[in-house]
Amino acid sequence: MSVDIKTTARSQVTFRAIAAHAILITYTLIALFPVFVIVINSFKSRKAIFREPLSVPTPETFSLKGYETVLKQGDFVLYFQNSLVVTVASLTMVLLFGAMAAFALSEYRFRGNLLTGLYLAIGIMIPIRLGTVAILEMMVASGLVNTLTALILVYTAQGLPLAIFILTEFMQGISDDLKNAGRIDGLSEYTIFGVLVLPLIRPALATVAVFTMIPIWNDLWFPLILAPAEETKTITLGAQVFIGQFVTDWNAVLASLSLAIIPVLVLYLIFSRQLIKGITAGAVK
Amino acid sequence: MGSLSLKNIRKSFGNVEVIKGIDLDVKEGELVIFVGPSGCGKSTLLRIIAGLETETSGTIEIDGNTVNGQSPSMRGISMVFQTYALYPHLTVRDNMSLGLKQAKRPKDLIKKRVDFASAMLSLDDYLERRPAELSGGQRQRVAIGRAIVRQPKLFLFDEPLSNLDAALRVNTRLEIASLHRQLSATMVYVTHDQTEAMTLADRIVVLNNGVIEQVGTPMELYNKPKNKFVAGFIGSPQMNFIPASCLEMSDAETVGIRPENITFDGAKADLTGKVSHIEQLGGDTNIYADCGEAGLICIRLFGQHEAEVDSTISLHFDRDKMFKFDKDGNTIN
Ligand SMILES: Nc1ncnc2c1ncn2[C@@H]1O[C@H](COP(=O)(O)OP(=O)(O)O)[C@@H](O)[C@H]1O
Ligand SMILES: [Mg+2]
Repeated sequence: MSVDIKTTARSQVTFRAIAAHAILITYTLIALFPVFVIVINSFKSRKAIFREPLSVPTPETFSLKGYETVLKQGDFVLYFQNSLVVTVASLTMVLLFGAMAAFALSEYRFRGNLLTGLYLAIGIMIPIRLGTVAILEMMVASGLVNTLTALILVYTAQGLPLAIFILTEFMQGISDDLKNAGRIDGLSEYTIFGVLVLPLIRPALATVAVFTMIPIWNDLWFPLILAPAEETKTITLGAQVFIGQFVTDWNAVLASLSLAIIPVLVLYLIFSRQLIKGITAGAVK
Repeated sequence: MGSLSLKNIRKSFGNVEVIKGIDLDVKEGELVIFVGPSGCGKSTLLRIIAGLETETSGTIEIDGNTVNGQSPSMRGISMVFQTYALYPHLTVRDNMSLGLKQAKRPKDLIKKRVDFASAMLSLDDYLERRPAELSGGQRQRVAIGRAIVRQPKLFLFDEPLSNLDAALRVNTRLEIASLHRQLSATMVYVTHDQTEAMTLADRIVVLNNGVIEQVGTPMELYNKPKNKFVAGFIGSPQMNFIPASCLEMSDAETVGIRPENITFDGAKADLTGKVSHIEQLGGDTNIYADCGEAGLICIRLFGQHEAEVDSTISLHFDRDKMFKFDKDGNTIN
C-alpha cells in the first residue's frame, strides 16, 4: 500500500518535470525561431532566401555575399564600436548610480526618503520617449546632438528607475550587522558600499544589467533622432542603410543583424555566469 | 579598559518612543547584561552606545569622556553580533586585523594581537580560511577574536549565542566567561535568555518596554525582585502567580511563589490541584497542577519523582519564600 503511494508520488513528480520541461522547450523554440531564421538565411544567396526561407544552407545555396557587403561597407566596424561604447558606458552608469541611489534609499533614514524612492520609481511607468521633443531641444541647446554622449545620457536616464527599484529591494535584505561591523572597524561608507554590499547583490546587478542592456542595444529611436550622423551611427541604425524604399539588400540586412547578435550574446553570457554564481553562492552559505 | 555611563538616554523612531530614559553606570571591568523580552529595546540601546544609532536625547560617557556624536570607530568599542557579521571576502586573519589596519597600526603589532587572540580562541588552524568554510561556532569565535584584537575600552555583545545550537551555546558561554576573567574587560552583553544572564553577569539590567525595571546582581534579582515583571522574568521555570484571594490573603493583590518553594503536604495544604502534566528531567522533576481558580501551578522537585496525571495533590507553600505584589505589580515588603 505504502509502496503504491510512493510510486504514484514519484510518477507525479516525473510527470511534472516532463511537463515543465516541455513548456520551457516549446518556449525556447518559439523564442529562438526568428533568430535561427535570420542566421541561416544570412548564409544563403538571395534567390534561396526567397525560394526556401526555412531550409538550412546547402552547398548550392550557400553564399557569404551578405557578409562581404557588410564588411566592405567600411563604416560597419565603426557602427559596432559606437553601439558597444554606448551600451557599455550606459550600463556602467546605470549600475553604478543605480546601486548608489539604492544604497542611500535603503540604508539611510532621512526626511523624504519614501518620496524620493517613489519619485525615482515613477520613471518605470512613464516611457522616456514621451519626452523626445524636450530631450532633443535640450541636446540642441547643449550642443550634444550627433554625439555618443547624448545617447549615453538618455539611456542612463532610461535605465535608472528600474535599476534603483530592483536594487533597493535587494539591498534592504542585506544584514545590518555586516555594515555595522564595518562601521565599527572604521570603514568609510564608500568602502562599505563598494566592498561589503556590492558583491552581495551581484545576482541583482546581473539581472538589472541584462534588462538594461538589451533595449539599449536594440534601440533605433534615439540614435535616429539624436545621433544620425555617419560617425555616431549605431549598428541598428547602420543596418537600415540596406533597407531602401525600393530595393532592400536582404543578404546584407540579415548578415548585419546576425553580426549584431554576437556582442550582446557575449555580454549576456558574462552577466548570466555572474548571476548563476551569485545564486549558488547564496545557496551554499 | 573603561567605564560606561548612560544619562537619561531616550530614543524615538518616528512617533514611537522605544527607549524611555535610561540611566546606568557600568564600572570598569564589570560584565553587565541587558535582559528583557524581544522588542524591549535592548539592541537599540546597545547600538546607541556603539554609535550606530543616534540617541534622541541623553549623554553617553565612555571612560569619562562624552562620546555623543562620535563615530563608532572612534569610541574605542568592539561589538559582536548575533549573525557573526564576518566579512565574507576576507580570511579569518584579515577579518580580525581589518580594524587595526584601518587605524594604520604597525604590521608587527597587528600580527602579535591576532596571534594572541587566535591562540586564546583556538583558531590557529583556521586563520587562512574564509568564513564560508567555518562552522557556526567557529564563526562566532572569529567574531569574538575580531573584537579582542582591537583591545577596546568596552566590549558590546548583541545576543552572540542566539544562532548557536544548545551544546555550542554552553561552550561559547563558558568561553566568554573565561575571556572576561582573563582580559578583565568591561563588557555589556544583551540577551533575551535569563539563564545566560544569570550564569554570566556581574550585574543584570532588566529592561521592559524601554525602561529599566531593576538593576542588580543575579542573586539580588532572584531573591528581591522589585516587581512582578522581574520576579516572573528571572528564574526558570517561571514563578507562579496566584490571585491573593485564592489563599485568603488580604494584604496583597497577587502572590508569587517559585516552583522550587512548593512541597506536597496534605496536612498543611495551601491549595489542592489535579496533576495535568509532568516533566522528568532526571536531575529534577517539574509537575504542573491545575488548581482551578489559582490557575496552572508549576512545582519543581529535586530528584526523580512519579505522579499520576489526573491524580489530586495537595500543595504547601514555603511562607518565607513567598512574594506579595500590589495592584501595580510592585513588591510589598
Ligand atoms: N530602525 C528602526 N525603525 C523603526 N523601529 C525600530 C527600528 N529598530 C528597532 N525598532 C523598534 O524598536 C523596538 C526595539 O527593538 P530592538 O532594540 O531591536 O529590540 P530587542 O533587541 O530588545 O529585541 C522594536 O519595537 C522595534 O520594532
Ligand atoms: Mg535584539
